[in-house]
Amino acid sequence: MFRLFRYLKDHLFESIMGPLFKMTEATFELIVPIVMAKIIDVGIKNGDSSYIIKMGAVLVLLGLLGLLCSVTAQYFAAKASMGFGTSLRKDLYRHINSFSYKEIDKIGTATLVTRMTSDINQTQTGVNMLLRLFLRSPFIVVGAVIAAFLINARLTLIFLLASPLIGLIIYLVMHFSLPKYTSIQERLDKVSLLTRENLVGVRVIRAFSRQDEEIDDFSQTSQELMRYQIVAGRISALLNPATYAVVNIAIAAIIWFGGKTVYAGDITQGEVIALVNYMSQILLALVALANLIIIFTKASASAGRINQVFDVDSSVVYEENASHETSGDNAAAVEFRGVSFAYGESGEYALSDIDLTINKGETVGVIGGTGSGKSTLIDLIPRFYDVSKGKLLIDGVDVKKYSSEELRRKIAVVPQRAMLFRGTVRDNIKWGRPDAADEDIYKALEIAQAREFVDASPDGLDMLIQQNGRNLSGGQRQRLTVARALVSQGDILILDDAASALDFATDARMRKAIASQTDGKTVIIVSQRASTVRNADKIVVMDDGEIAGIGTHQQLLADCPVYKEICLSQLTEEEAENK
Amino acid sequence: MKNRTSAQKGVLRRILSFSKPYTVYLVLAMVFAVISVGLTLYAPILTGNALDLVIDKGLVDFDGIVKILIKFAAAVGITCITQWLMNLCTNRLAYCTVRDIRVKAFESLQNVPLKYIDSVSHGDIISRMITDVEQISDGLLMGFTQLFSGIITIFGTIGFMLSIDLKITLVVVLITPLSLFVASFIAEKTFSMFKVQSETRGELTSLVEEMVGNQKIVKAFGYEKQAEERFDEINCRLRVCGVKALFFSSLTNPSTRFVNGLVYSGVGIFGALAAIGGNITVGQLSCFLSYANQYTKPFNEISGVITELQSAIASAKRIFDVIDQPPQTPDPENAVSLETTDGTVTLDKVSFSYSPDVKLIEDLELAVKPGQKIAIVGPTGCGKTTVINLLMRFYDVDSGEIRVSGVPVRQMKRDSLRSLYGMVLQETWLRSGTVFENIAYGKPDATQEEVEKAARAAHCHGFIKRLPNGYMTEISDDGSNISQGQKQLLCIARVMLSLPQMLILDEATSSIDTRTEIRIQQAFDQMTEGRTSFVVAHRLSTIRKADHILVMNKGRIIEQGTHDQLIAKGGFYFDLYNSQFSV
Repeated sequence: MFRLFRYLKDHLFESIMGPLFKMTEATFELIVPIVMAKIIDVGIKNGDSSYIIKMGAVLVLLGLLGLLCSVTAQYFAAKASMGFGTSLRKDLYRHINSFSYKEIDKIGTATLVTRMTSDINQTQTGVNMLLRLFLRSPFIVVGAVIAAFLINARLTLIFLLASPLIGLIIYLVMHFSLPKYTSIQERLDKVSLLTRENLVGVRVIRAFSRQDEEIDDFSQTSQELMRYQIVAGRISALLNPATYAVVNIAIAAIIWFGGKTVYAGDITQGEVIALVNYMSQILLALVALANLIIIFTKASASAGRINQVFDVDSSVVYEENASHETSGDNAAAVEFRGVSFAYGESGEYALSDIDLTINKGETVGVIGGTGSGKSTLIDLIPRFYDVSKGKLLIDGVDVKKYSSEELRRKIAVVPQRAMLFRGTVRDNIKWGRPDAADEDIYKALEIAQAREFVDASPDGLDMLIQQNGRNLSGGQRQRLTVARALVSQGDILILDDAASALDFATDARMRKAIASQTDGKTVIIVSQRASTVRNADKIVVMDDGEIAGIGTHQQLLADCPVYKEICLSQLTEEEAENK
Repeated sequence: MKNRTSAQKGVLRRILSFSKPYTVYLVLAMVFAVISVGLTLYAPILTGNALDLVIDKGLVDFDGIVKILIKFAAAVGITCITQWLMNLCTNRLAYCTVRDIRVKAFESLQNVPLKYIDSVSHGDIISRMITDVEQISDGLLMGFTQLFSGIITIFGTIGFMLSIDLKITLVVVLITPLSLFVASFIAEKTFSMFKVQSETRGELTSLVEEMVGNQKIVKAFGYEKQAEERFDEINCRLRVCGVKALFFSSLTNPSTRFVNGLVYSGVGIFGALAAIGGNITVGQLSCFLSYANQYTKPFNEISGVITELQSAIASAKRIFDVIDQPPQTPDPENAVSLETTDGTVTLDKVSFSYSPDVKLIEDLELAVKPGQKIAIVGPTGCGKTTVINLLMRFYDVDSGEIRVSGVPVRQMKRDSLRSLYGMVLQETWLRSGTVFENIAYGKPDATQEEVEKAARAAHCHGFIKRLPNGYMTEISDDGSNISQGQKQLLCIARVMLSLPQMLILDEATSSIDTRTEIRIQQAFDQMTEGRTSFVVAHRLSTIRKADHILVMNKGRIIEQGTHDQLIAKGGFYFDLYNSQFSV
């Protein structure tokens, strides 16, 4: 948590003024019992009603000043904590954007989203409470003790015994109950998991008639959740009675020993009452502190999760002032030179010893089973990951020499997951090229076989796409993602299984259009379908992280057993031979 | 407005009806609350009395003080115990109630027609099951403890104060509601600010969800800069409206504290004046002062409790909405349970549509003989799963009849009908749990041998053995420790275990790696041998082997027949089939 306090630096003034005003307010509050003691000891004793009214006015004035200070303090605290949240959010987002695929894989996008949203909100609340209350409560405790000391030194002993005792009670209750809340959170996660599972798997569950068992399982988890909640509640419920007891014992002690002191003539009746009041103030302050600690604990946990993200550095660092020599025209578009790649630090290569040259303007198919390394192979080209060994050249220049913008401009990718964003069709397509004109967009849509359904919508390019493209079918989404990539003017177009949701006819039409209308572009098509890659200039067959063969359909059919096997599983012999 | 409050009352009553089994705790909580609040109020009187015995130098009645302090100790002791017991009762009451609500909602989800589950957002249902139910529990806890004891405190204090002095009581009673008024005034004024804030926050969250959730695509297109600009813009707006909302809402506390200060001063002045007149003693004044603090506290809290209760009611409405979903039509009393089937399936003039204005399937006739293979083909999104929905009776036909072994499915128990089919869907679904539990999902009492046999038949024994804990490996939350293809295999093994007479295979092998796929294909061939099977197919090799093909487009069945018949017809299927070789 404290590491994040650097984000308060820009709001240093507010962060100091907030607590300062809060303490001023607390000081006014501490004066109240003394004034009241005066009213009793001077006003009542002497029957001086004008004195009482004068002192009463002082009380009202103290309240008013307290109000002013407190409002000022809230203002500064609100400003500082919101400023804190805003800067932190901005920085964290910048940091997340610097991640390469490797870090994204490692952390997972779902947790990144929670950390960006609820974790930051939680710390923001924590900071706000901290500025408002953290100094106030100890200040009141200390102030009350000092005030008591000024009244009578010996009676202060009661305060010095009671305050730490209350502190200890608060500490113990928290110490034993907070871990329980972690268990509660775990059960709650499980309840959420079970619900999600049951919604997603409803067909399978009903197909196997397992509804009753699922209900039993859910009841059991809910029961566990309840048990933990009750246990935690039982401990937390001790806090109020225990502190109440301590404070009242202290009050009894004040009356008893205070009585003795009054008997001796050292203090007055009004001062005993003031001491009782100070005791109550300490109780209130410490209970507020307990609530604050709960909020702060939550905030620290969130801060820890945020710091975890900050601690991850991107493994891919771009050369932003890229000053590489321009390559000759006859350099290969993409060249793998002895490339090996491992995802984690495990050292187990997902790709090993890849040597592959893709020439400019070529259409290359990449085929292989799941887990054979197809996607990994092409993810290296736009430098989503860095190679572990060997070298990867784009246009004859090492991929690490390019700036990130240059690379994105050069290479257009259609990812496996057909993902669209909220906004219009036009907004989405423009991702490929922000300055694309409508005619460019239409052309891309046509090639991607998406023009028809976009035109069918009354809004055309302004057709709204919902989050995740929910209002479109899988095939429609896939075609739009292809159009998005096509509109960019990159020389290299990578299609990662971009037609899996399309029927054969549309797939074929799309490939034909891409082949005939994007001359000069280097196209790399990844697919599991033999029919999709069979007409490529060159087919790369992947098997278990290695290249099992490179060649044309006919060549590979003749001498690559893996390829032959794949083809025959999907096509009849006759179809496979058929040109 | 009146309607709204009465609707709220209805919801509240319904929440309380869930608490009915726990009435004992409610009654106990109330008894304990009355005792503890009563004694809490009695304590200041005792201290006041004691203070009256502490008058001046040489004027202290120690015997009297001891007597009072003994009473005081007893009162404090009993207060502590009853307070704790009251909390235990309300905890149990609230947590048991929400557990029941949660389980009830879950049960409802198991019994609603699939139409409901298909049409709602899953995220929304989950948030109802988690956040909303937690909100109810918070509301109940606060409602039971603070609202109840708050009200007792208010009336108790008034009673005790009246017993001492009327005039000063009036001062307290008249000034205190001011804090309530101030609090509600601020709440009303800040409501719109909060709305703006939560809307802006929602905007930011959905941007983050979209961008960070799809960070890989953002990176692939170099969209980071633009995303950051959009983010910054919303972030700035959030800051401005956030400061406003936070500041104005945080005024409640100082303002109510100020009102409390006024009450305290008022009591001080009038009390002191009364004391001069000899109407009350100094001890009674001190007692009044502590009442002034106690009396205002519940007022300050009650506004919070009411907000909390209101959101609890809003949440309850959302969860009751789930509970109230009409369940699917129950199986008729005399429903038949078919133990086995020969695999004859007849569709007789079946019509079906998801919504009345878009007709999908009309008068579909299909007679499937035992052991036949029916392929369902068509372009993406053509509604192939509709047929599965009808066969498995996930949806009921609008008119016509489906018969299995001559028995109309409507006259069968759903469970019995579904157990006749083995189903492998395109979306692989595994439950959290071990690999073993997942394969044995349909037959929880299966032995290790049976499970292994099924796994071998589905070609997943090998990779399962290589998992860290073999069959006992936990499948993690998002199934990330096994690949998509392996998941698919496990789903197949799950069906292999019981292997019913009829099979429904939905593009089952589309993401399994090519070489395993061949073996799976062989296993499928053996599996479907002699069994009736419905295959939603993409691969033409599968389709060609089918006995009968249903060609679908845009949700309708547009052609049907054998491969040769359909080719000869030269229609939609002909185009579809030939398109594969058009490049």
